[in-house]
Amino acid sequence: MKRSRYGTAYVILVLLVLALLAVNVCAGSVSIPFSEVMKILGGNQADAVFTDIVLQIRFPRALAAAILGGGLALSGYLLQTFFHNPIAGPFILGISSGAKLVVALVMVAALGRAVQVSSLAMILAAFAGAMIAMGFVLVMSRVMEQMSMLIVSGVMIGYICTAITDFIVTFADDAEIVNLHNWSKGSFSGISWDNVLVMSAVIFLTTFCVFLMSKPISAYQMGESYARNMGLNVQLFRVVLVLLSSILSACVTAFAGPVSFVGIAVPHLVKSLFGTAKPIWMIPGCFLGGAAFCLLCDLLARVLFAPTELSISTVTAIFGAPVVIFIMIRRKKERG
Amino acid sequence: MSEMNYLYTEGLSVGYHGVPLIRNIALGLKRGEILTLIGPNGAGKTTILKSLIRQLAPLEGAVFLDGREIHSMGGKELSRKLSVVLTDRVRPELMTCGDVVATGRYPYTGRFGVLTEEDRRIVHEAMELVHIQELSERDFLQTSDGQKQRVMLARAICQEPDLIVLDEPTSFLDMKYKLEFLSIIQNMSRTRNLSVIMSLHELDLAGRISDKIACVKGDRIDRFGTPEEIFSEGYVQELYRMTVGSYDERTGNLELDAVKGEPEVFVLSGNGSGTAVYRRLQREGRAFAAGILWENDLDYPSAKALAAEVVSVKPFCRIAEREMERAKELIEQCRQVICTMDNAGEFYQELQELIEYAKRQGK
Repeated sequence: MKRSRYGTAYVILVLLVLALLAVNVCAGSVSIPFSEVMKILGGNQADAVFTDIVLQIRFPRALAAAILGGGLALSGYLLQTFFHNPIAGPFILGISSGAKLVVALVMVAALGRAVQVSSLAMILAAFAGAMIAMGFVLVMSRVMEQMSMLIVSGVMIGYICTAITDFIVTFADDAEIVNLHNWSKGSFSGISWDNVLVMSAVIFLTTFCVFLMSKPISAYQMGESYARNMGLNVQLFRVVLVLLSSILSACVTAFAGPVSFVGIAVPHLVKSLFGTAKPIWMIPGCFLGGAAFCLLCDLLARVLFAPTELSISTVTAIFGAPVVIFIMIRRKKERG
Repeated sequence: MSEMNYLYTEGLSVGYHGVPLIRNIALGLKRGEILTLIGPNGAGKTTILKSLIRQLAPLEGAVFLDGREIHSMGGKELSRKLSVVLTDRVRPELMTCGDVVATGRYPYTGRFGVLTEEDRRIVHEAMELVHIQELSERDFLQTSDGQKQRVMLARAICQEPDLIVLDEPTSFLDMKYKLEFLSIIQNMSRTRNLSVIMSLHELDLAGRISDKIACVKGDRIDRFGTPEEIFSEGYVQELYRMTVGSYDERTGNLELDAVKGEPEVFVLSGNGSGTAVYRRLQREGRAFAAGILWENDLDYPSAKALAAEVVSVKPFCRIAEREMERAKELIEQCRQVICTMDNAGEFYQELQELIEYAKRQGK
């Protein structure tokens, strides 16, 4: 009976992702009928303006939201596992902001020399930033006994990185700085097919690696001592976990900037939907859930005050932050 | 000898951050044997156990399991020989007790940890063995501490080890479950030739279940041997540096501090009838004398622990003149005499005489 619940949950998530993909492509400042979209995607002759909007703007953007959302949720899930803390996530621990800082530095430097930065280089820069921030968080976790203090120090690291980024962005003078500014607030806009190709390669590969780790993750959930007794090399496992979650959040940050709360809210919602925390179900579930969540948030960001676009983090925070509060209240209750 | 041992240590020193806490540990146990670590709180029992299960690197020396140094084994190999029940709080999210038990199958499952029919059967068996079948679908976090402890034992069992290491496994269990828990362990050691190493605070239980006992005191294993060798008179008080109360090694009788001073009550008792009275007097803070007791009387251990003075006779001997005199002296001295006896068989006449004597004294 449990398996049927998992099955139902997957069906719901997949349908949700597909439906939201469709809506995201159809809706916007120019509304395009679904039949028209199908025609365009099928390669048939259609209205030229519509074709351009769908193929060059909306479809890659929707795909990016789905892929990056999935990666972000998964990254959050890994960090929660790592710290045994349900409110850990790449944004709250400052990892996204660290990635953002280094990417901003690289972009400003590149713009100054009029060099085009490739997607891969952006990811590498973001990864370097994520690792630096992660390093800080890990050092903090050694010093801080309490998990709540760890979170607070993560938030502080995030603020510092954001402040420096803002500083750089403010004083870098270039026409493209407007883009940079949008990006540094978090946005799925301006994604090209090349970007989609690179991000899907990185994220899908990493997700696959994470999925292969579902058994060790399940051991780690029992606590380190028991995990060790089950034959898990805890040191190695922790390193791999940090690397994978950093790659995921770095990739997201490189393309969409820092996106808040997805990493915390989605794993929690998916856990409730599945009624289990078993990694073998959670990993694909988180990915689909993150995809659906970001598609929905991006849709709202675009449509709600069209033609003005909200930053993605504004929308994700509205949905995500209450979930965090809810988790904390429930944890308090459980501890009595 | 050590070659026959399933687990043994050689010159083992354990501790944290390079600072040895306990040095020169030489322990050993064979298949099917139960070894218990006893010693005061903070003596380092957990540190030793952690070193034995490779969670803590030894500072000196080595631990050998099945003839091989444990640090030379792979994680999987070790996990098939050794399982643990620790004091760490486990807080798995949304896992039923059945799920938690099934994590014990980890070393045997494939790449994704999917359980086979065989695995499920073993999980089911382990749960039956510790009587927690009815908890199978219950959320682990919703169970009591005692239930959690039994779930963790079932988990350790279904890992199918040759050796189980348990750190204070009985701490959260009530009387019934303590006995049940230890008898499961005893059965496993007999029927499956399972070796067990654990730490216990209950000395009486340790003395009953253990084939070998190691006493951790200061920076060493003070004694290591069979319970008979360990529990010599007065040793427990020394081991735990007890300054209050007393412990009787032979009977496991634990008593609070005796009330000191001149006895004001004389308790004529025997055959187990006096113990409750002694304890009541102790609670009321009144010093008392007890007699005349044979040293093998049921009342003797607590009388010896609680009375200001005990008039006693060697086992199976007649009461002599000397003891009668002393008893009479005490009766004269005390304000009150309590008699808890109604029949003492052949030797009753002497006691009867004392009762008469007390009555004549108007007490």
